[in-house]
Amino acid sequence: MIPLTDSVPAAAIASPVITEEPPSIDYAVLSPMLVVFAAGVVAVLIEAFAPAARRHSIQLGLALASVLGAFVLTVLQVGAMPDAEAGMAPEEVAGVTTAMNSVAIDRPTLFLQGTILVLSFISLLLVAERRSGESAFAAQAATVPGSEEERSHVLAGSRHTEVYPLVLFALLGMLLFPAANDFLTMFVALEVMSLPLYLLCGLARRRRLFSQEAAVKYFLLGAFSSAFFLFGIALVYGYAGSVNFADIHEAIETGGSTLFVGGTATPLLLVGIAMIAVGLLFKVGAVPFHNWKPDVYQGAPTPITALMASGVLVAAFGAMLRVFLMAFGAAVADWRPMLWVVAILTMVLAAVVAVTQRDIKRLLAYSSVVHAGFVLTAVVAATPEGLAGALFYLAAYGFTTIGAFAVITLVRTHENGPEAADISQWAGLGRTSPLLAGALALFLLAFAGIPLTSGFIGKFAVFQAAVAAGATPLVVVGVLASAVTAFFYVRIIVLMYFAEPEGAGPSVIRAGTLTGSVIGLGVAATLLLGVYPTPVLDTLLPQPVEAALEPGMATEDGFTR
Amino acid sequence: MAVFADTDVHLAAPPTAATEAGGAILTNSWLLIALPLVGAAILLLGGRRTDGWGHWLAVLLPLGSFAWAVLTLVELLGMAPEDRGVPVTVYTWFAAGDLTADVGLLIDPLSITFALLITGVGSLIHIYSVGYMEHDPDRRRFFAYLNLFVAAMLVLVLADNFVLLFLGWEGVGLASYLLIGFWQHKPSAAVAAKKAFLINRVGDLGLLIAIMIMFTTFGTVAFSGVLGATGEVGQGVLTAVGLLILLGACGKSAQLPLQAWLLDAMEGPTPVSALIHAATMVTAGVYLIVRVGPIFEAAPAAQLTVAIVGAATLLAGAVIGCAKDDIKKALAGSTMSQIGYMTLAAGLGPIGYAAAIAHLVTHGFFKAGLFLGAGSVMHGMNDEVDMRRFGGLRRAMPTTFATFGLGYLSIIGVPFLSGWWTKEGIIAASFDYGGLTGQLLGTAALLGAGLTAFYMSRIMFMTFFGEKRWAEDAHPHESPASMTIPMIVLAVGSVALGAVLVFGYRFAEFLSPAIHHHEHEFDLAHMLTAPYSLAAVGVLVVGVVIAWLRYGRSAVAETTPKGNFVTVAARNELYGNTINEELFMRPGQALTRAMVVVEDRVVDGVVNGVGTGTRDSSLGLRGLQTGFARTYALTMLFGAAIVVAILVVRF
Repeated sequence: MIPLTDSVPAAAIASPVITEEPPSIDYAVLSPMLVVFAAGVVAVLIEAFAPAARRHSIQLGLALASVLGAFVLTVLQVGAMPDAEAGMAPEEVAGVTTAMNSVAIDRPTLFLQGTILVLSFISLLLVAERRSGESAFAAQAATVPGSEEERSHVLAGSRHTEVYPLVLFALLGMLLFPAANDFLTMFVALEVMSLPLYLLCGLARRRRLFSQEAAVKYFLLGAFSSAFFLFGIALVYGYAGSVNFADIHEAIETGGSTLFVGGTATPLLLVGIAMIAVGLLFKVGAVPFHNWKPDVYQGAPTPITALMASGVLVAAFGAMLRVFLMAFGAAVADWRPMLWVVAILTMVLAAVVAVTQRDIKRLLAYSSVVHAGFVLTAVVAATPEGLAGALFYLAAYGFTTIGAFAVITLVRTHENGPEAADISQWAGLGRTSPLLAGALALFLLAFAGIPLTSGFIGKFAVFQAAVAAGATPLVVVGVLASAVTAFFYVRIIVLMYFAEPEGAGPSVIRAGTLTGSVIGLGVAATLLLGVYPTPVLDTLLPQPVEAALEPGMATEDGFTR
Repeated sequence: MAVFADTDVHLAAPPTAATEAGGAILTNSWLLIALPLVGAAILLLGGRRTDGWGHWLAVLLPLGSFAWAVLTLVELLGMAPEDRGVPVTVYTWFAAGDLTADVGLLIDPLSITFALLITGVGSLIHIYSVGYMEHDPDRRRFFAYLNLFVAAMLVLVLADNFVLLFLGWEGVGLASYLLIGFWQHKPSAAVAAKKAFLINRVGDLGLLIAIMIMFTTFGTVAFSGVLGATGEVGQGVLTAVGLLILLGACGKSAQLPLQAWLLDAMEGPTPVSALIHAATMVTAGVYLIVRVGPIFEAAPAAQLTVAIVGAATLLAGAVIGCAKDDIKKALAGSTMSQIGYMTLAAGLGPIGYAAAIAHLVTHGFFKAGLFLGAGSVMHGMNDEVDMRRFGGLRRAMPTTFATFGLGYLSIIGVPFLSGWWTKEGIIAASFDYGGLTGQLLGTAALLGAGLTAFYMSRIMFMTFFGEKRWAEDAHPHESPASMTIPMIVLAVGSVALGAVLVFGYRFAEFLSPAIHHHEHEFDLAHMLTAPYSLAAVGVLVVGVVIAWLRYGRSAVAETTPKGNFVTVAARNELYGNTINEELFMRPGQALTRAMVVVEDRVVDGVVNGVGTGTRDSSLGLRGLQTGFARTYALTMLFGAAIVVAILVVRF
């Protein structure tokens, strides 16, 4: 591993941060997050001051514009990244840190932020969709489900435009989560991301009690996991004397603090890693920390489920990759066996349980757990190839999964009915709505990893990286698990195309422009990343120039310090 | 390891300097495929909105491809002959670690010949279809499928590796299936489509297994890698690969024993029969055999099998063609027979390759012309196909008569017309093969030539000459210009193309960098004086005369007369269907029933064991998903304990 040439000694950072000099903040590199944050604050003001009739269009316009603006700023930053040239320090090539090293903007961060912004933009389109005057959200969340008051709000056509600022705040958390370069920032980002989501989960228009139950569960378990995470931070601080990732990295290399005279503080580190891992594994939904996922995915309004299954998963894995590959990168031998076990448990148990699921959203929730297991194999690899594979996988999966949930919002049990939850109600969809069923079939085939879809390339990339890192047994388990998952994906396709519908069959509401474009984008991304993935893969894989640097000098993990 | 592409070794004959595509024309040769593919996508996705103009778009795009193919040809001709095999990497599909998968095309004389044939004849048939399908409510869908077919066929012939070739192979199969069953409201069409699909599966499976064997043996599926390394593997493997490839070719090209689908495929609209089931797709088997020539050259047993299959099919197809009263089925029998000629030539090895491809090209013209003529007749006769209800049509449809007549003269091999040049080439190559085998194969080819003269004259006389035997409501009329112009163009090709290609040995020289062609004497004087050439003219005259005596001079019955057992056998397509049914279908059904029993008793026990095990454990694990937050929290705590334990116990 490299000596950190330009970083300040650990002690300097660990010292109290109240200094006479204000910390230097590079507003330019933080601009995407600042734009989203500002938009969220303005959105709250709009709630207070804008007339109710026009509030929705203003909110939607503001949200979409700010996400788009943040994306443009992100792209500009990618353009401003220095090209790798011989003689440059690898950290300069990798990216920059700012605000007292608490935020790192490097290539992985920018890729993740860009992906999250695009996925959130698409999710916002789903959030905004209204069909026959109904959105996916409760008319007035504060009313008691089933009460007279609720009915009067429904009849009056009330709607929650607070959804938009909430999504924007969650998005801010998502953007900061993979960019955080110390554990305290990361913890703040985690909470900023999670708190709005807890609320959003409880806002479903139909089956409101169910939705509220899911929200409470998510909140309780989320708080529980945050406690683990925070406790882990404390232990690691005890070991390294710092919460900064680069310092922790260095501390692990040099043996940690001399907390105990004549002894070693390694137990602090190991338990700390374990606790932090619990917090992160909860967010990505790995077994045995996955229980919340089926309940929450099922109960939440489908557009929010789509956001959680795509953007939040990307952010959580982004943070996890940075923590394990960079901060704990030198302790890889210690944490690798643990992730082996978790990855195997995740892939096997989730795939097996998914087989008997009847509810389509629960099925996709378990499928999301299995996919988290696949990405974990790339984390286990702990190589630049693994990082590239995981990033590609996350982007590919995000687009596909949003598309799949968009399809779900359209298929109803009957005219103006609730979403067709039970998969038996999907029988015969291929005949009544061939295009919609075709799109879903494509998404399911991508989940299953069939060639010419993005899912195949993603699986190939992560498994290849895992094999190269010597985790072949893990890949064998992964391939077997993906065979099991293929079974239940294909079963839905068979059901849609070859089964006789029960009664009149599912009723499909006509896709509005917004939902239609979401499905179209999902199809396009799934196909494009499957047929022509090279540009994206090339961007993610380590540049050849970097390899030409002295071997000892290259950042082995691809992150900035 | 480069799986698909291997640019170190190159396909073309030694000495090969693998030139990277220089000009923009070659590097962008993916446009050839992309244009019709875009057309298919627009028409299929655009739906009813494109009804008004879709067919014109579908005509223009293959024409664009044709123009590009012509430019490519010009570019190739401007290069030194040995440089004319140009690999074009369209893009790298993905590269992970040391494994690179490229999607690559190979532009060489062989593939560009096919590209020109497919886009040229294909465009003409598209134009023809504008008129032919004018009253069909689903014309847009028809054109979408036609464009899809053209794109898939171009993928097949331009691919530089077996996997991409297989993709095109399956693509044309799909398009063929969709188009045979285009009038799916007719049960016969639906059944025919299914039959074509099933029989083709058998062949496709053969090809797929061959590709797998090649991949395991050579470690690559690139043409260059496989064909350049045939000297390094045992004969057994090569023979197996060759026979499996032959099986694939038999399925696609309707050669014995997988011929039964082609006659039924005539249920599709006539332009489809002309394009797919006469001019292009059914010749894909011949293309494949010529393309993998080095494999067959290293496996003589497989090569001889190819020639024998070709000879047998050319006779069987001709016999069937003699007895059918349905004009399209008679022509389909003829197609089988003519492809038999090509297969025979391809099975002769290097001396026959150029002859096979030349005949393939001229056949593409005259047979497409004949089918379009048949379609024009049907168009004027209320879709009647029974030749016993035609007769005397030459006055009612003069243009159709003239173009069909020229195609007819060409296919039976009247000297100096296209068909004569190329068929004579095959007969000459057969006799030059040498030995008893050469004599037998040559005799079969000669016999086939006589039969061809007979059945084609029979079609000609029954349709255009003699008494009117029309149905009462028939009012035959000449077809519109959109249909006659393509027929005229094809007729010109039927007359002149052969001389252009064969005379002066042009085509064989052009092809020689791509195929392992041996010099062999083929001069005009020899062609006119060799005994077998004279014999060919002799059997031609005999065939025509017999047909004249039976169908020209004497009246033709309006209903099919009872025939002798040969005629009955030929009418029944030599019992091909019965054989299939007795040999495969019934035992297959019996086997299926037996398997069901075994399945229920034995396999299910095991599979259900695994399946039930999975389901039970799934149900059991579902029990953990209680829905209570407290249980979940406990699970998490338990999980955290495991995680801590794994980390801490390690030291």
